Amino acid sequence: MIRLENITRDFRVGEETVHALLDVNLEIGAGEYVSIMGPSGSGKSTLLHLLGLLDRPTAGHYWFDDQETSALDEEQQARLRQGKIGFVFQFFHLIPRLTAAENVELPLMLAGIEPEERRARVAKALEGLGLSDRAAHRPEQLSGGQRQRVAIARATVIEPALILADEPTGNLDRASGHDVIHILEALNANGITLIVVTHDPELGGRARRRLHMLDGRLAEDSGAT
Amino acid sequence: MIVEDVLRYSFNALVGYRRRTYLMLLAMAIGVAAVVMLTSLGEGARLYVTNQFSSLGTHLLIVLPGRNETSGGAPPGLGETPRDLTLQDALSLTRSTAVRRIAPIAVGAAPVSWQHREREVSILGSTPELYPIRHLEMAQGQFLPPGDPERGAPYAVLGAKLRHELFGSHQALGEWIRIGDSRFRVVGILAEQGQSLGVDMGDVAIIPVASAQSLFNTNSLFRILIQAKSREDISRAKHAVESILQERHEGERDVTVITQDAVLATFDRILRALTMTVGGIAAISLAVAGILIMNVMLVAVSQRTAEIGLLKALGAPQRQVATLFLTEAAALSLLGALVGLLFGLAGNAVIGHLFPSFPIEAPLWSVAAALGVALLTGLVFGVLPARRAARLDPVQALSRR
Repeated sequence: MIRLENITRDFRVGEETVHALLDVNLEIGAGEYVSIMGPSGSGKSTLLHLLGLLDRPTAGHYWFDDQETSALDEEQQARLRQGKIGFVFQFFHLIPRLTAAENVELPLMLAGIEPEERRARVAKALEGLGLSDRAAHRPEQLSGGQRQRVAIARATVIEPALILADEPTGNLDRASGHDVIHILEALNANGITLIVVTHDPELGGRARRRLHMLDGRLAEDSGAT
Repeated sequence: MIVEDVLRYSFNALVGYRRRTYLMLLAMAIGVAAVVMLTSLGEGARLYVTNQFSSLGTHLLIVLPGRNETSGGAPPGLGETPRDLTLQDALSLTRSTAVRRIAPIAVGAAPVSWQHREREVSILGSTPELYPIRHLEMAQGQFLPPGDPERGAPYAVLGAKLRHELFGSHQALGEWIRIGDSRFRVVGILAEQGQSLGVDMGDVAIIPVASAQSLFNTNSLFRILIQAKSREDISRAKHAVESILQERHEGERDVTVITQDAVLATFDRILRALTMTVGGIAAISLAVAGILIMNVMLVAVSQRTAEIGLLKALGAPQRQVATLFLTEAAALSLLGALVGLLFGLAGNAVIGHLFPSFPIEAPLWSVAAALGVALLTGLVFGVLPARRAARLDPVQALSRR
């Protein structure tokens, strides 16, 4: 599903060039559960952004579903994101002025799906995460765990092939964090590829495949299972 | 993305940032209200002047002696004096079928006295036709009685102010007054009317044209007023008048015929230009409002970077993000314009109430222009913020909370 070949991502900081990613080769199959760990600045977030097509590599090739992504223009990449990739962020990134249901509806709306179908799918997504009674609440009226569940509902409502989670529990208490992880793992059990970026060894250790990043390189790969 | 959703999303953002929205609406509303009200005032002034002119008389042509032109040098000492307009010239004009009535006018100044009071006023010599041509109105008595225009008659019609000055509270009708060396009987008093074409119709005495000519010892006329049969006949009447007078003046074209329409059209043009100018000045405030909108939208973009990053992560391409922000700017300016339009119309209503005689009404073109310009400024000044939003790097936008 995902194949990275000699991926390098450079950033210019003043006069210096910093290699956030250096010569990364990686293959991830459909349905895998992967964690990416490493100290801050090791390039794990950059890798996640690249995988999510939010960023482009300086050099190297990235195949997503056998498609060379650097050949795609900005709009085509956006469409690919829209149809196949769901994001879960540390800070949830819900739009404060919209209700839970409206936040979940957002990707469907951007995709131009008809309102009736949207309503049905939003209701189903909220119900699946036990949020039906919170549909009309705004983010500020929800607890952290509920907010992250809304964000997961937003990521899953498009029925993606891949979920990218960036420190999904980083802003939650333990109980809510466990909750969220169980939900993500349940999605993975249903066949969705799950990639989690974290520096929490406990969370990272749960994944069937664990990657360790160090100074922009893949230092360790527990290997595909 | 469905159009309806774009609109809903933008309006949602407007409602979400209420104070910002109100301020912007106010700025845009003031601009549009200014345009609507100022152009209404200009247009009102134009209508007012036009109405004043039509009250002078309808389908009016005025014949003046002399003609502005440059001709070959005459032998020195001879000079070229234009022939005078005579009463016979005037009477001959009724030959044309395009002419309904004519009124010759001789003008001079002479002392008018009654008992011991004396007042120097303008004396108009004319015929009974002056009454309908100039839309005069009588306060008392009647206008000059019909009669042979070539023969004088001792009748006088006084302006309202002159009557007041000479007679005070006395009854003027039927009294004998003295104008110059002749005696005239007062047969009528004009109703009060404003000044028109430079002659204060309140401070004149009107007497038969032949009497005036003998009073001033002249054969010439000051001008001839002509009323054409209809609006369509005006230019035909003009040609007829010119050719009749040319024939009578031995082939010499030595008169000037002005049509009221031409004068009216000139005023119309001047005042329309004035309205445009004032409207243009007011439109500057629209541009200012547009810059304000740009400013606020730029702030909105930097405040909502996380939202923009999210939209991108959820699969919105640059074009879509730009559309959303552009729609927001356009909605702001259009709403502001509508509010301003209401303000402007309300202002017009207040002015109309305070000055009932002033015809104030927002011209349709200015309403359309104000709305159009408002929307245009919103779009033009919305482009920069929208582009900035569209080009935002999603990684950076999302990394901030």
